[in-house]
Amino acid sequence: MSATRSLPVICAIGFVALIVVGLLLPEWAMFLTTMAFAKGLVALGIVCLMRAGLVSFGQGLYFCIGAYVAGLMANWTGITDIFLLTALGIIASGITGMIFGPLLATYRGIFFAMLTLSLSMILYGFLSKMTALGGTDGLNVAAPTFLGYAPEGRALGLSLYVYTCAIVVIAGGLVRTFFDSERGLIALAIRDNELRVEYLGASVRKEIVFSYVAAGILGGIGGVISGLAIGHVDPETAYWTTSGEFVFVAILSGYLSIPAVFVGSLLLEVVRSFSNLYFPNTWQLSLGIFLLAVILLLPNGLGSLLAWRKRRRETS
Amino acid sequence: MIDRVRKSSAGRLTSRLLAAVAAVGMLGMGTAKAEDTFKIGVVTFLSGGAAESFGVPAWHGGKLMIEMLNEGGILPPPYDKKGFGGMTIEAIPVDEAGGATKQVQEFRNLVQREKVDAVVGYVSSGDCLAIPPVADELKAFTILYDCGTPRVFEEGEYAYVFRTAAHAAMDNISLAKYMKSRGVEVGTFAGINQDYAWGQDSWADFVASMSVIMPDATTDTALFPKIFAGQYGTEISALIRDNADVVHSSLWGGDLQAFVLQAGPRGLFERSQVALAAGDHVIPQLGNKMPDGVIIGARGMNGLSAKPKATELTDVLWEAYEKEHDTFPVQAPFRMWQALLGLKTAVEKAMAENGGTKPTAEQLAAAMKGLEWEAPSGTIKMALGNGHQAIQPNAIGTTKWDAETGKMTLVDIEYYAAECVNPPDGVKAVEWIKEGFPGAKCD
Amino acid sequence: MELLAFILVDGLIYGAWLFIVSVGLTLVFGVLNILNLAHGSLYAIGAYATASAVGAYFALGGDAFPMGSYLAMVIGALLVAVVLGPLLERGLLRHFYDRDHVIVVLVTYGVFLILEDVMKLIWGVTPLFVSEPYSLLGNVELGPLFYVAYDFLVIAVAIMSGLAVWFFLNRTRRGKVVLAVIHDREMSQTMGVNVDRVFLVCFTVGVFLAALGGALTAPMISVSPGIGVNVIIIAFAVVIIGGLGSIEGAAIGALFVGIARAASVHLLPEAELFIIYLVMAVVLVFRPEGLFSKTEARKI
Repeated sequence: MSATRSLPVICAIGFVALIVVGLLLPEWAMFLTTMAFAKGLVALGIVCLMRAGLVSFGQGLYFCIGAYVAGLMANWTGITDIFLLTALGIIASGITGMIFGPLLATYRGIFFAMLTLSLSMILYGFLSKMTALGGTDGLNVAAPTFLGYAPEGRALGLSLYVYTCAIVVIAGGLVRTFFDSERGLIALAIRDNELRVEYLGASVRKEIVFSYVAAGILGGIGGVISGLAIGHVDPETAYWTTSGEFVFVAILSGYLSIPAVFVGSLLLEVVRSFSNLYFPNTWQLSLGIFLLAVILLLPNGLGSLLAWRKRRRETS
Repeated sequence: MIDRVRKSSAGRLTSRLLAAVAAVGMLGMGTAKAEDTFKIGVVTFLSGGAAESFGVPAWHGGKLMIEMLNEGGILPPPYDKKGFGGMTIEAIPVDEAGGATKQVQEFRNLVQREKVDAVVGYVSSGDCLAIPPVADELKAFTILYDCGTPRVFEEGEYAYVFRTAAHAAMDNISLAKYMKSRGVEVGTFAGINQDYAWGQDSWADFVASMSVIMPDATTDTALFPKIFAGQYGTEISALIRDNADVVHSSLWGGDLQAFVLQAGPRGLFERSQVALAAGDHVIPQLGNKMPDGVIIGARGMNGLSAKPKATELTDVLWEAYEKEHDTFPVQAPFRMWQALLGLKTAVEKAMAENGGTKPTAEQLAAAMKGLEWEAPSGTIKMALGNGHQAIQPNAIGTTKWDAETGKMTLVDIEYYAAECVNPPDGVKAVEWIKEGFPGAKCD
Repeated sequence: MELLAFILVDGLIYGAWLFIVSVGLTLVFGVLNILNLAHGSLYAIGAYATASAVGAYFALGGDAFPMGSYLAMVIGALLVAVVLGPLLERGLLRHFYDRDHVIVVLVTYGVFLILEDVMKLIWGVTPLFVSEPYSLLGNVELGPLFYVAYDFLVIAVAIMSGLAVWFFLNRTRRGKVVLAVIHDREMSQTMGVNVDRVFLVCFTVGVFLAALGGALTAPMISVSPGIGVNVIIIAFAVVIIGGLGSIEGAAIGALFVGIARAASVHLLPEAELFIIYLVMAVVLVFRPEGLFSKTEARKI
C-alpha cells in the first residue's frame, strides 16, 4: 500500500530532478532527450501490451496519427497550443484505438503483431498518396505555443523539454497505477495463461482492448510531441521500421520498470546519434552489435537491473 | 574507398569523443576552435537504396574537391585559393538514411554539438522540407545540394537556407521541349514513376509540360510502382499492352537499372521511345546494357552532357575523379561540386567584406544571396526564392553506344539556358508550366 | 480476354518469385519457431554471392559454355548457406531458443542491421550486374504476350523447390523426423531425435532458399545496397497470408498476392502501393491464423 501512496511523491521528485538536469544540458542534448522521451511514451504503450503478452509492430500508426493531428491542426486551423494539440491527439488516437482494438483483441502473438503492422502500413500508403497532405514529403509544423506563451530559440527547446517531462511523469504515474491495479494485474495473468483468466470470470478481450487503447493514446501523445519538436511530419512515422524501433526500446527496457523505458529510449538515441556521426558508414553495424549485446547481457531488459535492486532492497 | 572513409572517421574518433565528453562535461560551453579551419557537415546517403546512385558518388566528388581545395592551386582561378579563403576545410560525413525525423535530430547535433560552420547536404526532398525551419531556428548556414522538390522555397522563406541546384521542374520541361524540337512523334505517352513525391511530381510536371508543348498527345497509362520494388515484370506488361509512342520515367538508381534490364529483353525500347528524366547516372554501371536511342536527362548540364562544354575546371575535376574511382562523374558529384564552389565563393566574398575573418552565418547568408558562380555544370545563379534558390542550364541527349571505344555516349544533345526552363522569381513552377512558360528566355 | 491472360501470366511470374523468396522464411518458422528478420539480408547476400560467382565464371572463360552460369548461381547460393547457416544458428540463434519469441525476432533484427553493413564492407556500394543468365534462354511469345524465357525458369524453380521441400517433409524418413520435431520438440528429443542437428540443417536449408531467391533475382536487377529491406516485408506478408510455417500456404499466399498485384497494376495502378497489405488485412480478418494453419490446442 505504501508504494501507491508514495507514488505522487516519487513522481514529483522525478519531475524536479529531470528539470534540474535539463537546465544543465546543452541544447542538443536537451533536444535529444525530448525526442527520446516522446518516443519512450510510444514504447511505454508497447510495454502496456507486453504485460498482456502482446507485441504491436504497428505503434507507428498512433505515432503518425498524433504527429499528423498536430501538423494538420496547426496548418489548417492555426491552433498551435500544445495542450490543445495534445488533447486532440489523445482524442484522435483514442478513437482509432477503440475502432481497431475490438478487432485486434481476438489475435495473439505474431498475428497480432503482423495485423497491427499492416494497419500501420495502410496508413503509410494512404498518406503517401495524399498529395494534399504533402505526400511522402510530409509537411512542416509551426512551433508550438504554451497557453499563449510563444518562446523561441533555447526557451522553446526548454519549454518543450519541461512539457515533455511533465507528460512523461504523469503518464508514468498513471501507467504505474494501472499496472498495480486489479486490471493491470489481470494483464499479467493473461500473459501467463489467458484461459485461466477467463475461467476466473475476467474478460480477456476487454482487458486487451483497454491496454491497446491506452497504448494507442500514449503513442498519439508521443507523436504530437515529436511532430512539434521536429517541426515536420511525414508518412515515414507510420512505416514499419519506425514501429520496429519502438519495439526495440520496449524490449531493451523490459516490462519490469517504467523509468527503464525512458532510460532505454535515451540510450538508443545516444548510441545511434554518436555512431551515426563517428561511423557514418557502419552505424547500422554498431547499432546491431549494441542490440545483440543488450539482449545477451540483460535478458530481461534494462528494467531487470532496476527491479533486481528494488527486490533486493525489499528482501533485506 | 568505403574502407578509407571508415578509417579516417575512426581515426578522428578518439579525439572527437573526448571533445564531445568535454563538451558535455563543460555543460555546453563548447570547445575552442582553431580560426583556420572551416568545418562543414556533409549529409548524404551512405547506405540504403540511394547510396550507390547519389549519396556515395556525391561524397566521393565532395571529398575529392575538398582535398584539392585544401591542397590549394589545383583548380583553375577563381578557385585556386587554398581551402575556403585560406581556411582548411574539415568535412564530417553523415549518413542521410533513416528519414526526416532522424535527420532533424542529426542536424541539431551537427550544429550544436559539432559546431559546424555550415551544413551541405540532403538528397531526399522530405529531408529538404524538414531541415530549413530548424536551420533558421538555429541560425545555421545550410546548403541543400541535391533534392528536387520545388516546394522548399515556393512554400517557405528562409534566411539561412540556400539550394544550389535547380529544382526538378526543369527536368521534365526540358524533356518535353526536346521531344518537340527533335521531332519525336507523340500520339500517346505513358509513364512509370515511383510512388512517392519525386515520381508523382515528375509525372505531373511532364504531363503539364506536354499539354502545353505537344497539346495533341494523350495519355492513359500512369504506373506508380513502389520505390525499391525491383520487380517490374507486371509493369512492363502493362506498358507493352498500352503500346504508347513515348514512355516517360523518372526512376533512378537500382530501380532504373532493374527496369532497363527487365524491359530490354522484352522489347519495350523497340516499341516505345523511352525518355528518362534523370537517367544519366546509371550509364557507367549499365554500359551497353542501356539501349541506344533512349532520351536521357541529367538534372542539369551534368555528367556526359557537361563534357562537350567542358571548361578547364570541368576537365581537372573529371580527370581526377576518373583516376580515383575508375568511372566518370555523373550528376551527383556535379551537384556536390557546384554546392562546394558556391560555398567557397560565398565565404571568400564575405571575407572580402568583413576584413578577412571567418564569416558568421549572417555574413555568409548575405554573401550567398543572389550569388552567381561558375561550376562544371555551367553558371549557377541564385535567382529564385528571393536569391535562395539556384537556376542552372539543362541538357537532354540521346544514348548511342560507341563500339570502338566501348563507351556509352550521348548524342543529339540540346542545351537549355537556365532562364528557358526555370520559372521567373516569384512564380510557382506548376503554374508557370500551365500558363505556357511566360517570360521564358530561350536562345 | 487478353487482359485476363496478361494478369494471370504476370501474376504467376510474380507469385513464383514471391514463393521462392518466402518459402525459406516459412520453413524456418515452422521448424525452429523463429521469425527471421534477417531473411531479406540473406536474400541480398545470395544475390551478391551469385553476382560474384557468375562474374568469376565468365572471367574464367565461361563464355564458351554460358549455360554453366546457372550452375554458378546455384553454387553461389549454396556457399552462402554453408557458411552463414551454421554460423548464425550455432553461433547466435541457439542461445535464444528458450527466450521469448519477440526477443528472437529482435536478435534477427540485430543480425539484419549487421549484415547490411557487412555487405557494404565486402562488396562496396557499386552495383554488380550479371544479366547474362537473364537473356540466355531467349524469349517466349504467347500470342500478344511477350516474355523472357527466364521468367518461366523462375516459375519452374519455384515449383521444384516447393515440391522438393514438401516431398522431403512428407515422404522421407528424415522429413518425418523433422515433422516430429515441429510437432513436439521435447518429446522427439526424448525419443532420441537429435534436435540440435535438425535445427541446424533446417536453418541452413532456410538460408539456402533465401539465398536462392537472391540468386534467381540477381540477373534481373542491379545488385546494390538496400535490395534486401524490401524483400523482408513482402516475404512476411506472403507467409502470414498463407499461415506461418505452412509450405502450401506460402504457395497459395504468393499466388494470391501475385495475381492481386498484377490485377492492380493493369486495372488500378494507384492502388499498387498498399495492395499487399490490403490482401493481408482482409485474409487475416477472415482467417486469423492465415489460410493454412494448424489449429493449436490452448494449454490450460
